[in-house]
Amino acid sequence: MIKVEGLSRAYGSFMAVDDISFVCKPGTVTGFLGPNGAGKTTTMRVMVGLTSPTAGEVTIGGLHFHDIPNPGRHVGVLLDASAQHAGRTGREVLTIGAKTMGLPMSRVDEMLALVSLDDTESKRRVRNYSLGMRQRLGIAHALLGDPSVLILDEPANGLDPAGIRWMRGLLKGYADRGGTVLLSSHLLNEVEQIADEMLLIGRGKIVARGTKAELLAGAGGVGTLVVAEDNNLLTAALTDKGLTFTPVGLGFRVDAMPVDVGRVAAERSVVLSDLRPVEGGLEDLFLELTSDTQREDFAQAATTAGAPS
Amino acid sequence: MSTATSAPMTLDVSQTDRVPFSRLVSVELRKMFDTRAGRWLLISIAAFTALVLIIQLWVVLAQDQTVTFEDFAAGANIPMNILLPVLGVMSVTSEWSQRTAMVTFTLEPSRTRFLAAKFVGTLIVALAAVVIGFTLTIAANGLYAAFSDNPVTWDLGAFRIFCFFLLYVFSMATGFAFGMLLLNTAAAIVVYFVYSFIFPGLFELGSALMDWFQDLRPWIDFANAQNPIIEADVTGKEWAQLAVSGFIWLVLPLVIGVWRVLRAEVK
Repeated sequence: MIKVEGLSRAYGSFMAVDDISFVCKPGTVTGFLGPNGAGKTTTMRVMVGLTSPTAGEVTIGGLHFHDIPNPGRHVGVLLDASAQHAGRTGREVLTIGAKTMGLPMSRVDEMLALVSLDDTESKRRVRNYSLGMRQRLGIAHALLGDPSVLILDEPANGLDPAGIRWMRGLLKGYADRGGTVLLSSHLLNEVEQIADEMLLIGRGKIVARGTKAELLAGAGGVGTLVVAEDNNLLTAALTDKGLTFTPVGLGFRVDAMPVDVGRVAAERSVVLSDLRPVEGGLEDLFLELTSDTQREDFAQAATTAGAPS
Repeated sequence: MSTATSAPMTLDVSQTDRVPFSRLVSVELRKMFDTRAGRWLLISIAAFTALVLIIQLWVVLAQDQTVTFEDFAAGANIPMNILLPVLGVMSVTSEWSQRTAMVTFTLEPSRTRFLAAKFVGTLIVALAAVVIGFTLTIAANGLYAAFSDNPVTWDLGAFRIFCFFLLYVFSMATGFAFGMLLLNTAAAIVVYFVYSFIFPGLFELGSALMDWFQDLRPWIDFANAQNPIIEADVTGKEWAQLAVSGFIWLVLPLVIGVWRVLRAEVK
């Protein structure tokens, strides 16, 4: 539904987005992940025509955004929840949207109810909204025209844990009804539970893509934490099978799937007291893939300098 | 929304029409009134106009002066000339300073249509200002007729009303143009006031010092060229001077401003 082809955007000599291509399919949630400044927002801005591409193009449902009549009815957009007039009430913000799109005013009340902004809150000025409330208002605005495509930049930003869970359910349900969702985040755990497909972007380039399982398998980042009743028996068995491992805590971290480790243990009749996939494997992968693009060099230098010698 | 089973890769836009221009205009008009700043600016335009006319009337009656309908019209033009441009500036710049342009352009991607709708919206406000300004002028002249023994003139012709409209449109449109040029409320208002209060003095000084400038001035001083309009008595040459100076100070900024908005990246 959303098709990005060879998209680049340069600011002077700086490549904000560097030749990226991907497709978002109907009925799926695509998570767009990357550290701050990786090019997520620029890509989304090009999608909706706020920024012109240096090369390549984006089409939504086969059309350029400019050519979609009354685009609010087809593509729901939330790029920055704070980009609202501070002096307007939440209700007024939605009313302006509904009037532009030619929707009945009842739609405003429906959306306010959907994002749980009550009557008093909706009559307060956006200036007095918390970031979470602005985010809810922004999501309500994006959904106003009942679009079939949603483009959301950092929608979970500022939401409390309950709010994040609520949004997850909302977007999941939306995709299950056939909608296309593209959402960005710099936090892996916000995305990994709802995204059917993930795109990892760093320094303007897509560094990895696929489902969670594919990403883990592809990067060889799979691992198993295992503890045996008799660890000596286990290490012998693992060594015989040619599996590499490192001691971790009471047991080992094995570079293999849990099922393989379990099989080895079963063959040798080793009793296991713990067997589980390495948690945060995706996180490691995420950090590793985007590490050279992170802005942590300075932080690291500062830590080193500040460390007692 | 389509169902998951069919899941088409294209958008069906055959049932959707473009946002009609009239709807864009009405939304832009609404945006001028729906914030405290916008509402109070409109109220203060009317209030200041009334205030200026009351003071003028007070002075005229107290000193037993003879004034014409045009004198009151000129009085009403002072606050309008100061505040209408501010409204013009703000209608454009608030989209940038409040960053609502990001939302506006995702609902109407054609910036040309957006600007046209905004401009028509400000013209409608200028029309409303004409009605208010004219009503207040008539009221002031009526009070003058009631309380003064001096001769009273009434000039309510269509041309007079047209001149009113022209003046207010010039004010509003100049502010609109400066707003587009700078896309920043404070900067645009400051630059506008420099243009409208400091430039006339410089023009005056220049023509006093240099003979050649004195001949040139009527053709490049837009504020000066509007004086015949205030008096609703315009000769052919004066129309030409208005057109030339208006091209420099109104049309040119408008064109460059539009060009800027069409190209500006919305942050």
